[in-house]
Amino acid sequence: MSQISAGAPKEKLASRTAAMIVMGISTLYFLVPIWWLFIGSTKSREQFSSTAGLWFADFNLFTNIADLFAYNDGVYLRWMLNSIVYASFGALLGTLFAAMCGYALAKYRFPGRELIFNTVLGGVLVPATALALPLFLIFSQFNATNTFWSVFLPSIVSPFGVYLARIFAAASVPDELLEAARLDGAGEVRTFFSVSRRLMTPALVTIFLFQFVAIWNNFFLPLIMLRDQTLFPVTLGLYTWNSQVNQIPEIRTFVIIGAFLSIIPLIIAFLSLQRFWRGGLGAGSVK
Amino acid sequence: MTTTSVPRLKARRTPVKHKRAIAIFLAPFAVLFAAFYLLPIGWAIGQSLLVVERDGTFGKPVEVFGGLTQYILVFQNEAFWAAVGRVALFGVVQVPVMLGFALVLALLLDSPLVKGKKFFRLAFFVPYAVPGVIAAIMWGYLYSPNLSPFAAFTSGFDLLAPETVLWSIANVVTWVYVGYNMLIIYSALLALPSEIFEAARLDGANQLQIALSIKIPLVMPAIVLTAIFSIIGTLQLLAEPQVFRSFTSSVSSTFTPNIAVYTTSAVPNVSLAAAMSVVLAIATFIMSFVFLKFTQRKGDK
Repeated sequence: MSQISAGAPKEKLASRTAAMIVMGISTLYFLVPIWWLFIGSTKSREQFSSTAGLWFADFNLFTNIADLFAYNDGVYLRWMLNSIVYASFGALLGTLFAAMCGYALAKYRFPGRELIFNTVLGGVLVPATALALPLFLIFSQFNATNTFWSVFLPSIVSPFGVYLARIFAAASVPDELLEAARLDGAGEVRTFFSVSRRLMTPALVTIFLFQFVAIWNNFFLPLIMLRDQTLFPVTLGLYTWNSQVNQIPEIRTFVIIGAFLSIIPLIIAFLSLQRFWRGGLGAGSVK
Repeated sequence: MTTTSVPRLKARRTPVKHKRAIAIFLAPFAVLFAAFYLLPIGWAIGQSLLVVERDGTFGKPVEVFGGLTQYILVFQNEAFWAAVGRVALFGVVQVPVMLGFALVLALLLDSPLVKGKKFFRLAFFVPYAVPGVIAAIMWGYLYSPNLSPFAAFTSGFDLLAPETVLWSIANVVTWVYVGYNMLIIYSALLALPSEIFEAARLDGANQLQIALSIKIPLVMPAIVLTAIFSIIGTLQLLAEPQVFRSFTSSVSSTFTPNIAVYTTSAVPNVSLAAAMSVVLAIATFIMSFVFLKFTQRKGDK
Protein backbone atom coordinates (compact mmCIF):
# COMPACT_ATOMS: atom_id res chain seq x y z
CA MET A 1 0.00 0.00 0.00
CA SER A 2 2.76 2.44 0.91
CA GLN A 3 4.42 2.38 -2.49
CA ILE A 4 1.17 3.48 -4.18
CA SER A 5 1.23 6.65 -2.15
CA ALA A 6 4.59 7.76 -3.54
CA GLY A 7 2.68 10.05 -5.92
CA ALA A 8 5.16 9.98 -8.79
CA PRO A 9 4.34 12.55 -11.49
CA LYS A 10 3.79 9.80 -14.07
CA GLU A 11 1.20 8.17 -11.87
CA LYS A 12 -0.51 11.50 -11.39
CA LEU A 13 -0.77 11.97 -15.12
CA ALA A 14 -2.23 8.48 -15.48
CA SER A 15 -4.91 9.02 -12.85
CA ARG A 16 -5.68 12.48 -14.23
CA THR A 17 -6.19 11.01 -17.70
CA ALA A 18 -8.33 8.18 -16.34
CA ALA A 19 -10.45 10.69 -14.41
CA MET A 20 -10.99 12.86 -17.50
CA ILE A 21 -11.94 9.82 -19.59
CA VAL A 22 -14.61 8.86 -17.05
CA MET A 23 -15.91 12.44 -17.06
CA GLY A 24 -15.91 12.57 -20.86
CA ILE A 25 -17.82 9.32 -21.32
CA SER A 26 -20.30 10.35 -18.64
CA THR A 27 -20.87 13.67 -20.41
CA LEU A 28 -21.69 11.81 -23.62
CA TYR A 29 -24.08 9.52 -21.75
CA PHE A 30 -25.95 12.44 -20.22
CA LEU A 31 -26.02 14.82 -23.15
CA VAL A 32 -26.28 12.68 -26.31
CA PRO A 33 -29.99 11.83 -25.72
CA ILE A 34 -30.81 15.53 -25.40
CA TRP A 35 -28.72 16.33 -28.46
CA TRP A 36 -30.65 13.64 -30.34
CA LEU A 37 -33.94 15.19 -29.21
CA PHE A 38 -32.80 18.60 -30.45
CA ILE A 39 -31.67 17.20 -33.81
CA GLY A 40 -34.95 15.28 -34.12
CA SER A 41 -36.86 18.51 -33.51
CA THR A 42 -35.20 20.16 -36.50
CA LYS A 43 -36.22 17.48 -38.98
CA SER A 44 -39.25 16.94 -41.14
CA ARG A 45 -41.27 13.77 -40.62
CA GLU A 46 -39.71 12.00 -43.63
CA GLN A 47 -36.16 12.91 -42.69
CA PHE A 48 -36.66 11.95 -39.04
CA SER A 49 -36.75 8.30 -40.02
CA SER A 50 -34.54 8.42 -43.12
CA THR A 51 -31.48 10.46 -42.04
CA ALA A 52 -28.77 9.88 -39.41
CA GLY A 53 -30.22 10.57 -35.96
CA LEU A 54 -27.33 12.51 -34.47
CA TRP A 55 -26.76 15.09 -37.20
CA PHE A 56 -28.77 17.79 -38.98
CA ALA A 57 -30.69 17.31 -42.20
CA ASP A 58 -32.80 20.18 -43.58
CA PHE A 59 -33.35 22.66 -40.76
CA ASN A 60 -37.08 22.55 -40.12
CA LEU A 61 -37.17 23.58 -36.47
CA PHE A 62 -39.30 26.68 -36.90
CA THR A 63 -41.77 25.06 -39.30
CA ASN A 64 -42.13 22.22 -36.81
CA ILE A 65 -42.72 24.66 -33.96
CA ALA A 66 -45.34 26.54 -36.00
CA ASP A 67 -47.09 23.27 -36.91
CA LEU A 68 -46.99 22.10 -33.29
CA PHE A 69 -48.52 25.34 -32.02
CA ALA A 70 -51.24 25.20 -34.67
CA TYR A 71 -52.14 21.53 -34.21
CA ASN A 72 -55.50 20.81 -32.60
CA ASP A 73 -56.26 24.51 -31.92
CA GLY A 74 -52.95 25.06 -30.17
CA VAL A 75 -53.59 22.53 -27.42
CA TYR A 76 -49.83 22.18 -26.84
CA LEU A 77 -49.50 25.82 -25.79
CA ARG A 78 -52.44 25.29 -23.47
CA TRP A 79 -50.63 22.33 -21.86
CA MET A 80 -47.45 24.33 -21.40
CA LEU A 81 -49.43 27.17 -19.84
CA ASN A 82 -51.18 24.68 -17.53
CA SER A 83 -47.88 23.17 -16.43
CA ILE A 84 -46.44 26.62 -15.75
CA VAL A 85 -49.49 27.63 -13.69
CA TYR A 86 -49.65 24.35 -11.71
CA ALA A 87 -45.91 24.37 -11.03
CA SER A 88 -45.18 28.03 -10.34
CA PHE A 89 -48.19 28.90 -8.19
CA GLY A 90 -48.16 25.50 -6.49
CA ALA A 91 -44.47 25.79 -5.66
CA LEU A 92 -44.84 29.40 -4.56
CA LEU A 93 -47.65 28.71 -2.08
CA GLY A 94 -46.07 25.41 -1.06
CA THR A 95 -42.76 27.09 -0.27
CA LEU A 96 -44.42 29.83 1.73
CA PHE A 97 -46.45 27.39 3.84
CA ALA A 98 -43.54 24.97 4.31
CA ALA A 99 -41.27 27.84 5.32
CA MET A 100 -43.73 29.16 7.90
CA CYS A 101 -44.28 25.71 9.37
CA GLY A 102 -40.59 24.75 9.41
CA TYR A 103 -39.71 28.13 10.93
CA ALA A 104 -42.24 27.70 13.74
CA LEU A 105 -40.93 24.20 14.43
CA ALA A 106 -37.36 25.48 14.59
CA LYS A 107 -37.77 28.72 16.50
CA TYR A 108 -40.57 28.19 19.04
CA ARG A 109 -41.03 25.74 21.88
CA PHE A 110 -44.54 24.42 22.32
CA PRO A 111 -46.14 21.14 23.30
CA GLY A 112 -46.67 18.76 20.38
CA ARG A 113 -43.79 20.24 18.43
CA GLU A 114 -41.93 16.96 18.06
CA LEU A 115 -45.18 15.11 17.31
CA ILE A 116 -45.95 17.50 14.46
CA PHE A 117 -42.41 17.29 13.12
CA ASN A 118 -42.39 13.50 13.24
CA THR A 119 -45.77 13.31 11.50
CA VAL A 120 -44.46 15.57 8.75
CA LEU A 121 -41.29 13.47 8.50
CA GLY A 122 -43.47 10.40 8.16
CA GLY A 123 -45.21 12.27 5.32
CA VAL A 124 -41.86 12.54 3.52
CA LEU A 125 -41.71 8.74 3.46
CA VAL A 126 -45.27 8.27 2.17
CA PRO A 127 -45.10 7.86 -1.60
CA ALA A 128 -47.07 10.59 -3.37
CA THR A 129 -48.47 8.04 -5.80
CA ALA A 130 -50.07 6.12 -2.93
CA LEU A 131 -52.14 9.26 -2.32
CA ALA A 132 -53.31 9.73 -5.91
CA LEU A 133 -56.06 7.11 -5.85
CA PRO A 134 -57.56 8.08 -2.46
CA LEU A 135 -57.38 11.74 -3.51
CA PHE A 136 -59.39 10.83 -6.58
CA LEU A 137 -61.98 9.08 -4.41
CA ILE A 138 -62.24 12.08 -2.08
CA PHE A 139 -62.52 14.61 -4.90
CA SER A 140 -65.16 12.49 -6.60
CA GLN A 141 -67.27 12.74 -3.42
CA PHE A 142 -67.45 16.47 -4.11
CA ASN A 143 -67.78 16.04 -7.89
CA ALA A 144 -64.48 17.90 -8.09
CA THR A 145 -62.39 15.51 -10.18
CA ASN A 146 -61.41 16.69 -13.62
CA THR A 147 -60.94 20.25 -12.33
CA PHE A 148 -57.96 22.56 -12.03
CA TRP A 149 -58.14 22.40 -8.22
CA SER A 150 -58.05 18.61 -8.06
CA VAL A 151 -54.47 18.72 -9.36
CA PHE A 152 -53.41 22.07 -7.95
CA LEU A 153 -54.39 21.80 -4.28
CA PRO A 154 -52.74 18.45 -3.43
CA SER A 155 -49.54 19.66 -5.14
CA ILE A 156 -49.07 22.50 -2.64
CA VAL A 157 -48.21 20.20 0.26
CA SER A 158 -44.47 19.59 0.64
CA PRO A 159 -43.43 17.71 3.79
CA PHE A 160 -39.83 17.64 2.59
CA GLY A 161 -40.00 21.42 2.28
CA VAL A 162 -40.96 21.68 5.96
CA TYR A 163 -38.05 19.44 6.87
CA LEU A 164 -35.59 21.55 4.87
CA ALA A 165 -37.06 24.81 6.19
CA ARG A 166 -36.75 23.65 9.78
CA ILE A 167 -33.10 22.66 9.36
CA PHE A 168 -32.33 25.89 7.58
CA ALA A 169 -34.21 28.14 10.00
CA ALA A 170 -32.42 26.52 12.95
CA ALA A 171 -29.05 27.07 11.29
CA SER A 172 -29.44 30.49 9.72
CA VAL A 173 -31.80 32.55 11.92
CA PRO A 174 -30.08 33.42 15.21
CA ASP A 175 -32.27 33.61 18.34
CA GLU A 176 -30.52 36.84 19.38
CA LEU A 177 -31.80 38.53 16.24
CA LEU A 178 -35.38 37.51 17.05
CA GLU A 179 -34.91 38.78 20.61
CA ALA A 180 -33.65 42.08 19.27
CA ALA A 181 -36.66 42.35 16.97
CA ARG A 182 -38.95 41.64 19.94
CA LEU A 183 -37.27 44.38 21.98
CA ASP A 184 -37.90 46.74 19.08
CA GLY A 185 -41.57 45.86 19.39
CA ALA A 186 -41.92 44.02 16.07
CA GLY A 187 -44.58 41.32 15.97
CA GLU A 188 -43.58 37.70 15.43
CA VAL A 189 -45.26 37.38 12.05
CA ARG A 190 -43.80 40.65 10.82
CA THR A 191 -40.34 39.59 11.97
CA PHE A 192 -40.69 36.40 9.96
CA PHE A 193 -41.63 38.20 6.76
CA SER A 194 -39.16 41.07 7.09
CA VAL A 195 -36.08 39.50 8.73
CA SER A 196 -36.15 35.70 8.91
CA ARG A 197 -37.46 35.20 5.39
CA ARG A 198 -34.44 37.04 4.03
CA LEU A 199 -31.99 34.93 6.02
CA MET A 200 -33.69 31.77 4.78
CA THR A 201 -33.62 32.79 1.10
CA PRO A 202 -31.21 30.08 -0.16
CA ALA A 203 -33.36 27.41 1.48
CA LEU A 204 -36.54 28.93 0.12
CA VAL A 205 -35.21 29.00 -3.44
CA THR A 206 -34.19 25.36 -3.04
CA ILE A 207 -37.60 24.33 -1.73
CA PHE A 208 -39.31 26.30 -4.48
CA LEU A 209 -37.23 24.76 -7.24
CA PHE A 210 -37.57 21.20 -6.07
CA GLN A 211 -41.26 21.53 -5.57
CA PHE A 212 -41.56 23.18 -8.96
CA VAL A 213 -39.81 20.18 -10.49
CA ALA A 214 -41.95 17.74 -8.50
CA ILE A 215 -45.17 19.38 -9.76
CA TRP A 216 -43.87 19.81 -13.31
CA ASN A 217 -42.93 16.10 -13.40
CA ASN A 218 -46.08 14.88 -11.66
CA PHE A 219 -47.84 12.31 -13.75
CA PHE A 220 -49.97 9.92 -11.70
CA LEU A 221 -52.21 12.52 -10.09
CA PRO A 222 -53.19 14.28 -13.34
CA LEU A 223 -53.45 10.90 -15.09
CA ILE A 224 -55.98 9.72 -12.54
CA MET A 225 -57.81 13.05 -12.01
CA LEU A 226 -58.15 14.63 -15.44
CA ARG A 227 -60.25 13.71 -18.47
CA ASP A 228 -60.56 17.15 -20.07
CA GLN A 229 -57.46 17.62 -22.17
CA THR A 230 -57.55 21.40 -21.87
CA LEU A 231 -56.59 20.89 -18.19
CA PHE A 232 -53.65 18.56 -18.90
CA PRO A 233 -50.12 19.45 -17.88
CA VAL A 234 -47.61 19.02 -20.70
CA THR A 235 -46.32 15.66 -19.40
CA LEU A 236 -49.77 14.08 -19.55
CA GLY A 237 -50.47 15.70 -22.91
CA LEU A 238 -47.31 14.35 -24.51
CA TYR A 239 -47.99 10.95 -22.95
CA THR A 240 -51.42 10.77 -24.59
CA TRP A 241 -49.99 11.89 -27.93
CA ASN A 242 -47.21 9.34 -27.69
CA SER A 243 -49.70 6.56 -27.07
CA GLN A 244 -51.59 7.60 -30.24
CA VAL A 245 -48.54 7.55 -32.52
CA ASN A 246 -49.44 4.15 -33.94
CA GLN A 247 -52.89 5.36 -35.05
CA ILE A 248 -51.87 8.89 -36.11
CA PRO A 249 -48.27 8.67 -37.41
CA GLU A 250 -47.92 12.40 -38.20
CA ILE A 251 -48.21 13.12 -34.49
CA ARG A 252 -44.70 11.73 -33.90
CA THR A 253 -43.07 14.98 -35.04
CA PHE A 254 -45.18 16.85 -32.48
CA VAL A 255 -44.17 14.44 -29.71
CA ILE A 256 -40.47 15.01 -30.47
CA ILE A 257 -40.60 18.79 -30.84
CA GLY A 258 -43.05 19.08 -27.95
CA ALA A 259 -40.78 17.04 -25.67
CA PHE A 260 -37.81 19.20 -26.64
CA LEU A 261 -39.62 22.50 -25.99
CA SER A 262 -41.06 21.27 -22.70
CA ILE A 263 -37.67 20.69 -21.07
CA ILE A 264 -36.29 24.13 -21.94
CA PRO A 265 -38.08 26.12 -19.18
CA LEU A 266 -36.77 23.84 -16.44
CA ILE A 267 -33.21 23.85 -17.75
CA ILE A 268 -33.30 27.66 -17.88
CA ALA A 269 -34.76 27.83 -14.35
CA PHE A 270 -32.03 25.59 -12.96
CA LEU A 271 -29.20 27.34 -14.75
CA SER A 272 -30.30 30.83 -13.79
CA LEU A 273 -30.99 30.01 -10.15
CA GLN A 274 -28.07 27.69 -9.53
CA ARG A 275 -26.20 29.97 -7.16
CA PHE A 276 -29.18 29.72 -4.81
CA TRP A 277 -30.08 26.05 -4.95
CA ARG A 278 -26.54 24.71 -4.90
CA GLY A 279 -26.08 26.09 -1.40
CA GLY A 280 -29.37 24.67 -0.22
CA LEU A 281 -29.08 21.24 -1.76
CA GLY A 282 -26.67 19.83 0.80
CA ALA A 283 -28.70 21.17 3.71
CA GLY A 284 -30.97 18.15 3.87
CA SER A 285 -28.09 15.77 4.35
CA VAL A 286 -25.90 17.72 6.76
CA LYS A 287 -27.45 17.46 10.17
CA MET B 1 -33.26 7.67 29.63
CA THR B 2 -33.85 9.40 32.96
CA THR B 3 -31.48 12.24 32.13
CA THR B 4 -33.37 13.18 28.97
CA SER B 5 -36.74 13.33 30.68
CA VAL B 6 -35.65 15.99 33.18
CA PRO B 7 -35.27 18.93 30.78
CA ARG B 8 -38.47 17.91 29.04
CA LEU B 9 -40.41 18.21 32.29
CA LYS B 10 -38.92 21.62 32.86
CA ALA B 11 -39.94 22.74 29.38
CA ARG B 12 -43.53 21.69 30.07
CA ARG B 13 -43.76 23.90 33.10
CA THR B 14 -42.84 27.12 31.32
CA PRO B 15 -45.88 28.66 29.57
CA VAL B 16 -45.89 28.72 25.79
CA LYS B 17 -45.05 32.15 24.41
CA HIS B 18 -46.31 33.59 21.12
CA LYS B 19 -49.23 31.19 20.82
CA ARG B 20 -50.99 33.27 18.20
CA ALA B 21 -47.91 33.56 15.97
CA ILE B 22 -47.25 29.82 16.20
CA ALA B 23 -50.84 29.12 15.18
CA ILE B 24 -50.57 31.49 12.21
CA PHE B 25 -47.33 29.86 11.07
CA LEU B 26 -48.57 26.30 11.42
CA ALA B 27 -52.18 26.61 10.27
CA PRO B 28 -51.86 26.79 6.44
CA PHE B 29 -49.55 23.82 6.15
CA ALA B 30 -51.37 21.85 8.84
CA VAL B 31 -54.76 22.28 7.13
CA LEU B 32 -53.43 21.25 3.71
CA PHE B 33 -51.39 18.38 5.16
CA ALA B 34 -54.47 17.09 6.98
CA ALA B 35 -56.70 17.45 3.91
CA PHE B 36 -54.36 16.08 1.25
CA TYR B 37 -52.11 13.68 3.20
CA LEU B 38 -53.76 12.42 6.36
CA LEU B 39 -57.34 12.32 5.06
CA PRO B 40 -56.43 10.37 1.88
CA ILE B 41 -54.45 7.87 3.96
CA GLY B 42 -57.44 7.41 6.25
CA TRP B 43 -59.78 7.29 3.27
CA ALA B 44 -57.69 4.65 1.53
CA ILE B 45 -57.74 2.51 4.66
CA GLY B 46 -61.51 2.99 5.01
CA GLN B 47 -62.17 2.21 1.34
CA SER B 48 -59.96 -0.87 1.53
CA LEU B 49 -62.23 -2.35 4.21
CA LEU B 50 -65.31 -2.26 1.94
CA VAL B 51 -66.63 -4.92 -0.40
CA VAL B 52 -69.30 -4.63 -3.10
CA GLU B 53 -72.41 -6.74 -2.62
CA ARG B 54 -75.41 -7.14 -4.95
CA ASP B 55 -78.96 -8.24 -4.33
CA GLY B 56 -79.07 -11.13 -6.78
CA THR B 57 -77.21 -11.15 -10.08
CA PHE B 58 -78.70 -7.93 -11.45
CA GLY B 59 -79.25 -6.12 -8.15
CA LYS B 60 -77.92 -2.68 -7.32
CA PRO B 61 -74.31 -2.90 -6.09
CA VAL B 62 -73.89 -1.74 -2.48
CA GLU B 63 -70.64 -1.16 -0.62
CA VAL B 64 -70.63 -2.89 2.75
CA PHE B 65 -67.99 -3.44 5.41
CA GLY B 66 -65.94 -6.48 4.51
CA GLY B 67 -63.17 -6.46 7.08
CA LEU B 68 -59.86 -7.58 5.69
CA THR B 69 -61.37 -9.28 2.63
CA GLN B 70 -59.58 -6.97 0.19
CA TYR B 71 -56.26 -7.51 1.92
CA ILE B 72 -56.68 -11.26 1.61
CA LEU B 73 -57.37 -10.69 -2.10
CA VAL B 74 -54.25 -8.53 -2.37
CA PHE B 75 -52.13 -11.21 -0.75
CA GLN B 76 -53.60 -13.80 -3.10
CA ASN B 77 -53.09 -11.58 -6.14
CA GLU B 78 -50.16 -13.14 -7.97
CA ALA B 79 -49.86 -10.36 -10.54
CA PHE B 80 -49.47 -7.78 -7.74
CA TRP B 81 -46.73 -9.76 -6.03
CA ALA B 82 -45.00 -10.40 -9.33
CA ALA B 83 -44.98 -6.61 -9.75
CA VAL B 84 -43.58 -6.15 -6.23
CA GLY B 85 -40.89 -8.73 -6.98
CA ARG B 86 -40.08 -6.94 -10.23
CA VAL B 87 -39.54 -3.53 -8.61
CA ALA B 88 -37.62 -5.17 -5.75
CA LEU B 89 -35.24 -6.74 -8.27
CA PHE B 90 -35.09 -3.41 -10.07
CA GLY B 91 -34.22 -1.60 -6.81
CA VAL B 92 -31.60 -4.11 -5.68
CA VAL B 93 -29.71 -3.61 -8.93
CA GLN B 94 -30.54 -0.07 -10.05
CA VAL B 95 -30.23 1.85 -6.75
CA PRO B 96 -26.67 0.67 -5.93
CA VAL B 97 -25.54 1.13 -9.55
CA MET B 98 -26.99 4.64 -9.72
CA LEU B 99 -25.64 5.72 -6.32
CA GLY B 100 -22.24 4.13 -7.02
CA PHE B 101 -22.07 6.05 -10.30
CA ALA B 102 -23.17 9.26 -8.54
CA LEU B 103 -20.59 8.74 -5.78
CA VAL B 104 -17.75 8.16 -8.26
CA LEU B 105 -18.67 11.31 -10.20
CA ALA B 106 -18.99 13.35 -6.99
CA LEU B 107 -15.60 12.15 -5.72
CA LEU B 108 -13.98 12.91 -9.08
CA LEU B 109 -15.54 16.38 -9.10
CA ASP B 110 -14.22 16.92 -5.59
CA SER B 111 -10.71 15.66 -6.39
CA PRO B 112 -7.94 17.83 -7.87
CA LEU B 113 -7.73 15.42 -10.83
CA VAL B 114 -10.52 17.01 -12.86
CA LYS B 115 -10.53 20.30 -14.77
CA GLY B 116 -13.68 22.08 -15.94
CA LYS B 117 -15.73 21.16 -12.87
CA LYS B 118 -18.39 23.75 -13.48
CA PHE B 119 -19.18 22.36 -16.91
CA PHE B 120 -19.34 18.73 -15.77
CA ARG B 121 -21.48 19.57 -12.77
CA LEU B 122 -24.07 21.19 -15.02
CA ALA B 123 -23.83 18.62 -17.82
CA PHE B 124 -24.52 15.76 -15.40
CA PHE B 125 -27.39 17.60 -13.75
CA VAL B 126 -29.28 18.56 -16.92
CA PRO B 127 -31.21 15.22 -17.18
CA TYR B 128 -32.83 15.97 -13.81
CA ALA B 129 -34.69 18.79 -15.55
CA VAL B 130 -36.26 16.23 -17.89
CA PRO B 131 -39.55 14.81 -16.51
CA GLY B 132 -39.72 11.01 -16.26
CA VAL B 133 -42.42 10.89 -18.94
CA ILE B 134 -40.34 12.89 -21.41
CA ALA B 135 -37.17 10.93 -20.60
CA ALA B 136 -39.04 7.68 -21.21
CA ILE B 137 -40.42 8.93 -24.55
CA MET B 138 -36.92 9.99 -25.60
CA TRP B 139 -35.23 6.75 -24.59
CA GLY B 140 -38.10 4.78 -26.09
CA TYR B 141 -37.05 6.16 -29.49
CA LEU B 142 -33.35 5.64 -28.73
CA TYR B 143 -34.11 1.97 -27.98
CA SER B 144 -36.32 1.51 -31.03
CA PRO B 145 -34.97 -1.04 -33.53
CA ASN B 146 -35.50 1.18 -36.59
CA LEU B 147 -35.74 4.84 -35.47
CA SER B 148 -32.80 4.82 -33.05
CA PRO B 149 -29.56 6.57 -34.03
CA PHE B 150 -27.95 3.41 -32.66
CA ALA B 151 -30.14 1.18 -34.84
CA ALA B 152 -27.06 -0.83 -35.82
CA PHE B 153 -27.08 -2.08 -32.23
CA THR B 154 -30.77 -1.92 -31.30
CA SER B 155 -31.96 -3.77 -34.41
CA GLY B 156 -29.80 -6.75 -33.48
CA PHE B 157 -30.32 -6.63 -29.72
CA ASP B 158 -33.91 -6.02 -28.68
CA LEU B 159 -33.90 -3.63 -25.71
CA LEU B 160 -37.70 -3.72 -25.49
CA ALA B 161 -38.08 -7.52 -25.18
CA PRO B 162 -39.75 -9.00 -22.07
CA GLU B 163 -36.37 -10.03 -20.60
CA THR B 164 -34.59 -6.73 -21.24
CA VAL B 165 -37.23 -4.03 -20.88
CA LEU B 166 -36.90 -3.81 -17.07
CA TRP B 167 -33.22 -2.91 -17.43
CA SER B 168 -33.94 -0.52 -20.27
CA ILE B 169 -36.30 1.27 -17.88
CA ALA B 170 -33.61 1.11 -15.17
CA ASN B 171 -31.29 2.97 -17.54
CA VAL B 172 -33.88 5.74 -18.04
CA VAL B 173 -34.27 6.20 -14.27
CA THR B 174 -30.50 6.13 -13.77
CA TRP B 175 -29.98 8.67 -16.54
CA VAL B 176 -32.44 11.11 -14.91
CA TYR B 177 -31.29 10.81 -11.31
CA VAL B 178 -27.50 10.25 -11.29
CA GLY B 179 -26.75 13.96 -11.57
CA TYR B 180 -29.19 14.89 -8.82
CA ASN B 181 -27.75 12.33 -6.42
CA MET B 182 -24.24 13.33 -7.43
CA LEU B 183 -24.96 16.94 -6.50
CA ILE B 184 -26.32 15.99 -3.07
CA ILE B 185 -23.19 13.94 -2.33
CA TYR B 186 -20.95 16.59 -3.87
CA SER B 187 -22.47 19.35 -1.69
CA ALA B 188 -21.79 17.19 1.35
CA LEU B 189 -18.19 16.74 0.20
CA LEU B 190 -17.77 20.50 -0.26
CA ALA B 191 -19.01 21.06 3.28
CA LEU B 192 -16.17 18.96 4.75
CA PRO B 193 -13.35 21.07 6.24
CA SER B 194 -10.21 20.67 4.14
CA GLU B 195 -7.90 20.43 7.19
CA ILE B 196 -9.09 16.84 7.59
CA PHE B 197 -7.36 15.86 4.37
CA GLU B 198 -4.15 17.82 5.03
CA ALA B 199 -2.89 15.38 7.65
CA ALA B 200 -3.66 12.39 5.41
CA ARG B 201 -1.93 14.05 2.47
CA LEU B 202 1.14 14.80 4.60
CA ASP B 203 1.18 11.15 5.60
CA GLY B 204 1.44 10.34 1.91
CA ALA B 205 -2.10 9.07 1.26
CA ASN B 206 -3.18 9.32 -2.37
CA GLN B 207 -6.53 10.59 -3.66
CA LEU B 208 -8.05 7.11 -3.81
CA GLN B 209 -7.09 6.35 -0.21
CA ILE B 210 -8.40 9.71 0.99
CA ALA B 211 -11.66 9.08 -0.86
CA LEU B 212 -12.14 5.56 0.47
CA SER B 213 -11.10 6.00 4.09
CA ILE B 214 -11.99 9.63 4.83
CA LYS B 215 -14.44 11.16 2.38
CA ILE B 216 -16.91 8.29 1.90
CA PRO B 217 -17.45 7.62 5.63
CA LEU B 218 -17.94 11.35 6.25
CA VAL B 219 -20.58 11.81 3.55
CA MET B 220 -22.46 8.64 4.52
CA PRO B 221 -25.46 10.65 5.82
CA ALA B 222 -25.88 12.18 2.36
CA ILE B 223 -25.61 8.78 0.70
CA VAL B 224 -28.20 7.34 3.10
CA LEU B 225 -30.56 10.20 2.27
CA THR B 226 -30.21 9.63 -1.47
CA ALA B 227 -30.67 5.88 -0.94
CA ILE B 228 -33.94 6.38 0.95
CA PHE B 229 -35.35 8.64 -1.74
CA SER B 230 -34.26 6.15 -4.39
CA ILE B 231 -35.99 3.27 -2.59
CA ILE B 232 -39.20 5.30 -2.32
CA GLY B 233 -38.91 6.20 -5.99
CA THR B 234 -38.37 2.61 -7.05
CA LEU B 235 -41.45 1.27 -5.29
CA GLN B 236 -43.45 4.12 -6.85
CA LEU B 237 -42.22 3.39 -10.37
CA LEU B 238 -45.01 4.36 -12.72
CA ALA B 239 -44.42 7.00 -15.41
CA GLU B 240 -41.50 5.38 -17.24
CA PRO B 241 -42.99 1.88 -17.60
CA GLN B 242 -46.42 3.37 -18.37
CA VAL B 243 -44.89 5.33 -21.28
CA PHE B 244 -43.05 2.21 -22.44
CA ARG B 245 -46.38 0.47 -22.84
CA SER B 246 -46.86 2.41 -26.08
CA PHE B 247 -43.45 1.26 -27.38
CA THR B 248 -43.67 -2.42 -26.52
CA SER B 249 -46.11 -5.06 -25.40
CA SER B 250 -43.48 -6.37 -22.96
CA VAL B 251 -44.77 -4.01 -20.27
CA SER B 252 -47.97 -5.55 -18.91
CA SER B 253 -50.89 -3.78 -17.24
CA THR B 254 -49.53 -5.00 -13.88
CA PHE B 255 -45.84 -4.38 -14.56
CA THR B 256 -45.21 -2.35 -11.39
CA PRO B 257 -47.35 -2.14 -8.23
CA ASN B 258 -48.51 1.37 -9.13
CA ILE B 259 -49.52 0.39 -12.64
CA ALA B 260 -51.44 -2.49 -11.04
CA VAL B 261 -53.18 0.01 -8.74
CA TYR B 262 -54.08 2.20 -11.71
CA THR B 263 -55.33 -0.72 -13.79
CA THR B 264 -57.35 -2.15 -10.89
CA SER B 265 -58.96 1.20 -10.08
CA ALA B 266 -59.94 1.61 -13.75
CA VAL B 267 -61.77 -1.76 -13.75
CA PRO B 268 -63.30 -0.24 -11.52
CA ASN B 269 -62.42 -2.12 -8.38
CA VAL B 270 -61.52 0.81 -6.13
CA SER B 271 -61.57 -1.12 -2.86
CA LEU B 272 -59.00 -3.63 -4.07
CA ALA B 273 -56.94 -0.81 -5.58
CA ALA B 274 -57.13 1.08 -2.27
CA ALA B 275 -55.94 -2.02 -0.39
CA MET B 276 -53.03 -2.31 -2.83
CA SER B 277 -52.16 1.37 -2.25
CA VAL B 278 -52.18 0.84 1.51
CA VAL B 279 -49.99 -2.27 1.29
CA LEU B 280 -47.60 -0.41 -1.00
CA ALA B 281 -47.43 2.66 1.22
CA ILE B 282 -46.80 0.55 4.33
CA ALA B 283 -44.12 -1.45 2.52
CA THR B 284 -42.42 1.76 1.37
CA PHE B 285 -42.60 3.26 4.83
CA ILE B 286 -41.19 0.16 6.52
CA MET B 287 -38.40 -0.26 3.99
CA SER B 288 -37.20 3.33 4.25
CA PHE B 289 -37.51 3.25 8.03
CA VAL B 290 -35.64 -0.04 8.40
CA PHE B 291 -32.96 1.16 6.04
CA LEU B 292 -32.60 4.40 8.01
CA LYS B 293 -32.36 2.60 11.36
CA PHE B 294 -30.05 -0.06 9.97
CA THR B 295 -27.57 2.44 8.57
CA GLN B 296 -27.72 4.59 11.70
CA ARG B 297 -26.94 1.59 13.88
CA LYS B 298 -24.04 0.72 11.63
CA GLY B 299 -22.77 4.29 11.74
CA ASP B 300 -22.78 4.35 15.53
CA LYS B 301 -20.49 1.37 15.88
